[in-house]
Amino acid sequence: MTQISVRVDGTPYDDDVEPRTLLVHYLREQLGKVGTVVGCDTSNCGACTVHLDGEAVKSCTVFAVQADGCEVTTIEGISPNGTLHPMQKAFHEMHGLQCGFCTPGMIMASIDLVNDNPDPSEDEVREGIEGNLCRCTGYQNIVRAVQQAAGEMHGRSTAGDTLGAQS
Amino acid sequence: MIPAPFAYACPSTIDEALQAVASGGEDVKILAGGQSLIPVMRLRLAAPETVVDLTRVAELRGVREDGDAIVIGAMTTHSDVLADPLIARYAPLIAEATETVADRQVRHRGTFGGALAHADPAGDLPAVALALDAEFVVAGLEGRRTVAASDFFVDYLTTVLQEGELLVEIRVPRREGWGMHYEKFTRVAQAWSIVAVAAAVRMEGSRIAEARIGLTNMGPTPLRASATEAALTGAEATAEVIAAAAQHAAENTSPSSDLNAQADYRHHLAQVLTRRAVTAAAGL
Amino acid sequence: MTLVEEPTAAGTAPEKEIGRARRRKEDARLITGRTTWTDNMVLPGMLHLAVVRSPVAHGKITSIDVSAAQQAPGVVAVLTGRDVADEQGSLPCAWPVTPDMVNPGHPSIAVDEVNHVGEAVAVIVARSKVAAQDAVELVDVDYDLLPVVLDMEQAVEPGADLTHDHTSSNTSYHFVFDAGEAGTGGDTEQAFADAEVVVSRRFVQQRLIPAFMEPRSVVVQPQGDNYTLWSSTQIPHILRVMLAMVTGVPEHKLRVIAPDVGGGFGGKITPTPEEVITLLVARRLGKPIKWTETRSESLMTAHHGRDQIQFIDVAADREGNVKGLRVRLLADMGAYLRLITPGIPALGAFMFPGIYKFPAYRFECDGVFTNKVPTDAYRGAGRPEATFAIERIMDELAVELGMDPLEVRRKNWIQAAEFPFTTVAGLQYDSGDYEQATQDALDLFGYAELRAEQQRRRESGDPVQLGIGFSTFTEMCGLAPSRVLGSLSFGAGGWESASIRMLPTGKVEVVTGSTPHGQGHETAWSQLVADSLGVPFEDVEVLHGDTSISSRGLDTYGSRSLVVGGSAVVKAADKVVAKARKIAAHLLEASEDDLEFSGGTFSVRGTPGTGLGIQEIALAVFAAHNYPEGIEPSIDAEATFDPENFSFPHGTHLCAMEVDTDTGLVKIRKYACVDDIGTIVNPLIVEGQVHGGLAQGIAQALYEEAVYDADGNLTTGTFVDYLVPSAADLPHFDTGNTVHTAPGNPIGAKGVGEAGCIASTPAVVNAAIDAVRHLGVSDIRMPLTPERVWRAIHHGGDGGDRASARTNAQAVDSSEGPSTQGGNR
Repeated sequence: MTQISVRVDGTPYDDDVEPRTLLVHYLREQLGKVGTVVGCDTSNCGACTVHLDGEAVKSCTVFAVQADGCEVTTIEGISPNGTLHPMQKAFHEMHGLQCGFCTPGMIMASIDLVNDNPDPSEDEVREGIEGNLCRCTGYQNIVRAVQQAAGEMHGRSTAGDTLGAQS
Repeated sequence: MIPAPFAYACPSTIDEALQAVASGGEDVKILAGGQSLIPVMRLRLAAPETVVDLTRVAELRGVREDGDAIVIGAMTTHSDVLADPLIARYAPLIAEATETVADRQVRHRGTFGGALAHADPAGDLPAVALALDAEFVVAGLEGRRTVAASDFFVDYLTTVLQEGELLVEIRVPRREGWGMHYEKFTRVAQAWSIVAVAAAVRMEGSRIAEARIGLTNMGPTPLRASATEAALTGAEATAEVIAAAAQHAAENTSPSSDLNAQADYRHHLAQVLTRRAVTAAAGL
Repeated sequence: MTLVEEPTAAGTAPEKEIGRARRRKEDARLITGRTTWTDNMVLPGMLHLAVVRSPVAHGKITSIDVSAAQQAPGVVAVLTGRDVADEQGSLPCAWPVTPDMVNPGHPSIAVDEVNHVGEAVAVIVARSKVAAQDAVELVDVDYDLLPVVLDMEQAVEPGADLTHDHTSSNTSYHFVFDAGEAGTGGDTEQAFADAEVVVSRRFVQQRLIPAFMEPRSVVVQPQGDNYTLWSSTQIPHILRVMLAMVTGVPEHKLRVIAPDVGGGFGGKITPTPEEVITLLVARRLGKPIKWTETRSESLMTAHHGRDQIQFIDVAADREGNVKGLRVRLLADMGAYLRLITPGIPALGAFMFPGIYKFPAYRFECDGVFTNKVPTDAYRGAGRPEATFAIERIMDELAVELGMDPLEVRRKNWIQAAEFPFTTVAGLQYDSGDYEQATQDALDLFGYAELRAEQQRRRESGDPVQLGIGFSTFTEMCGLAPSRVLGSLSFGAGGWESASIRMLPTGKVEVVTGSTPHGQGHETAWSQLVADSLGVPFEDVEVLHGDTSISSRGLDTYGSRSLVVGGSAVVKAADKVVAKARKIAAHLLEASEDDLEFSGGTFSVRGTPGTGLGIQEIALAVFAAHNYPEGIEPSIDAEATFDPENFSFPHGTHLCAMEVDTDTGLVKIRKYACVDDIGTIVNPLIVEGQVHGGLAQGIAQALYEEAVYDADGNLTTGTFVDYLVPSAADLPHFDTGNTVHTAPGNPIGAKGVGEAGCIASTPAVVNAAIDAVRHLGVSDIRMPLTPERVWRAIHHGGDGGDRASARTNAQAVDSSEGPSTQGGNR
């Protein structure tokens, strides 16, 4: 067992972990942060995406010990209870989710993308979230959501027609 | 899946890292970004006794100028490579290829040196390093040695790195003003290259003065398209000349056959992609 | 749940909700991570289960040594198939498509013989997931290897090796539908004998993996002799019945809950070995047990879909009028029959004629066993296969005749004025207008400009060629009329149940038997009820997925939820209004006949100012101080809806494809479709369903294939090799709708869940072939890998090069197809 100190969603934790414990399993099983999920074992699907010191990572491909001294943000920590982050709001408004299993990772990756690129084109969004698989939506409404949220996060007015228009 | 248990060392200097590797027992794995190693450990295709994590070895990170070269620390992440002004100026081919590696989350963790030391024939950076005549600085308890890219890659997933050695930095000759292009061929965005071609050319007027071409996934190691390079050197940069030279791109290659491509198709792709890469690099 | 709901003015009845693009109620928990996936569940004293799986595709188990695993830290128990042989029964197959269908039996843990790689041979129960997984490697199993059967065409040859050595052949069944014999069409053989033109093809529907994003998970909690089972399943109701029958746990002692479920696409439609095992272990140990699969386990052992070899012949005259259709299938069952494995091709049997007026039709199918994981439902289940075959061969017929592919379709499709239309397969198509949908799609697509560009690229010899593909399709939804299912020997009905509970404060609980896993039932059902009862959308809560709350139901699959389940909700709401009317009449001291009900309020006709809201009535019957004699003090109601016919969504899908002839790489340039799914309750959800279906249908055409090596190992066993497309791999979709309501249900809806998936695959393949047909290509095997496309262009054939490959470049008459039954055409 190795001792780690880590801040998760703003709360400090000191815990003992086995070195082989993946960050995602630490979050889910030791901290009860079950908003972050595991979708594959080869770092392809991105469902487990969280922010580690502000950058999106796949928490199934990071050992918990590697987060020692770091700040981790999960889907549960991006907005105070009762409010929504612009990305969450946009996913809702644009119908960017169906079953919702990929959604936490998709939102975390999208926030990371928009932090780097405040006004991504459709193609830039598509490439920016290439590390996150969704089986339900066909991605079109996710792309739309990310673009809307990018506008809101960077102070631009949002599109008037928020319905996933049939175009 | 969860990896099999292992002992974990997290050194903060190269010397500590070398000590940790030396004392780690029979089967030591060095963890750089972990983006290839951790999935393999999760599938229990690898179950090392000790993992030495280089994440906190600060001296392995960053890019600096040193004489005629830029020096890239082995633990410089792909994201840092993409943001680095020296690489953008002197070795944009590295940035262009790095941008095609996996996805942004993986690029935040994965490292330049880790990808090279892993030596996956489908990985993008080995062929780039080869094309750019990079040199690999390797540290051991006995001291350091420098290995040319052409000597570094030995076989499938195998380099000259001996047990107990670490890749610490990569020296890349400064090539300001060269035209460069990385032409990658995949079935889906996130996938490994089926074949890819890294091309760098130095133009003198309308002629190609020098050409360097690295091939990804055309054999167990990255390869140079030497015959094509020779045919291009000193030639007029026309579509016809480049196309004719690219016909030699697959000479002396030995690609594998797998789900995505049989060897003969890879031969064909190497020619097409070489033509495209050189054409783009030459600015045609 | 108020986090993301749009506020409406308190107390005012809403505008009409049906047709409104309501944002989903479900989203509030999903976008904030406040979810209840089964794997999130933690119970006191819970133990973890891991499965030891066979590394061989076919073999006798000669010994299993579990002693080292039993000694491992944290391990509580190790059980083999032998240990549970007397209690595990056989996993159920509910669809014996023929009376003499061979079902080899399906143990949850193999006892003597393994029949596919990944089959369970033992289970570890341990105090932690890690301990259970560590001990898996300590179980030592010896096998005597047996021949591995992988190729269907070889498997049906006389003297072939056997998938199961206790069966006499690899054929499970031979299913025939002959329109001549059924009286729904003419003599097929005569039609072909008389035909001026016959076009024959052999198409391969590759094996696919549903690849839902949430890996399967099961938790069982024993409480005395009662059990609660949580599972990531599409079918909690069916699962409860089946588990009771298989394990002997009495049905009333078993509660099944499907909490948040992360997608299914048919992949969670069948009771699984792991559900049975987890229940058995919990019963044996008296402890809560959890099993959650890894992605590799999921790809290897959760059921697969498609996997057919299709021999199809079409007869026509020189003017392009179709005269007959003949189909013979080999359908891969895999090693075992799961819930509806044999029925998948039978579901497709009636849809091969598509939207065309074939006068004669004959269908035959052999269900074939192989040493692979079983197949079962995958989005579309039989209908994508049928649609692909007919829409591909209509293009080939057009080429043979030198006609425009759209013209051949138009000449033969059912005209709008002909609905309802009884097809050669005996189905009565309900409503639609194929011409209108096609015209709208062509407009959306920009057809003329794309054709002009195609011509330019042809003439200039551009290395990147452009092609246009059509799919004018229909499908059979709204599963299903119970009597029809009975006539097809299906083991259950197709009705759906709903109940409505009016709470004292006027809020409404809707209980549905249709269990969602991402579709948006909570939102759409709220819209239905808001309109029927005249209550605010926000005042409705939809309950589902727990057999102790929703006691009757047949769950979600086959684009049935809105059509059947939604209709049950509307019927229940009608009953609530009828019951409330009696109370209202009593309280308003008026005759029932004088009451009108509008916007949630009963009022006395011609007496302004009178009025009693249905929500007030709910309080009145709760208090029950004043209600009429002779009726119960409740306005709650339940309803069961059993449709009398299927519904038939249709549409026209158009794909423009760029093909790089140098490399074989294909890229969708434009995709447009117009679907008619009847009444649209929520356009946002409809659009999302179409998008998602398109993604999966395109993925079949371009990316996905489950590949086995010669030893029966799944070589596409991770997401590295099984290519689920990302956002960067898919195009923008232009979608539209026409609306011809379905006459068979009170909503008028036809179903949308599968439309995009069924329609898109042939449009994509037709487009790619259209781009390179002038280079001599007449077929390309799915998925259209760059290598296959390149080989088809430069080496001929269909580019296929893997197991069971037999080129279908030359037309192969279906009579040449292998058959275990011999000459029964």
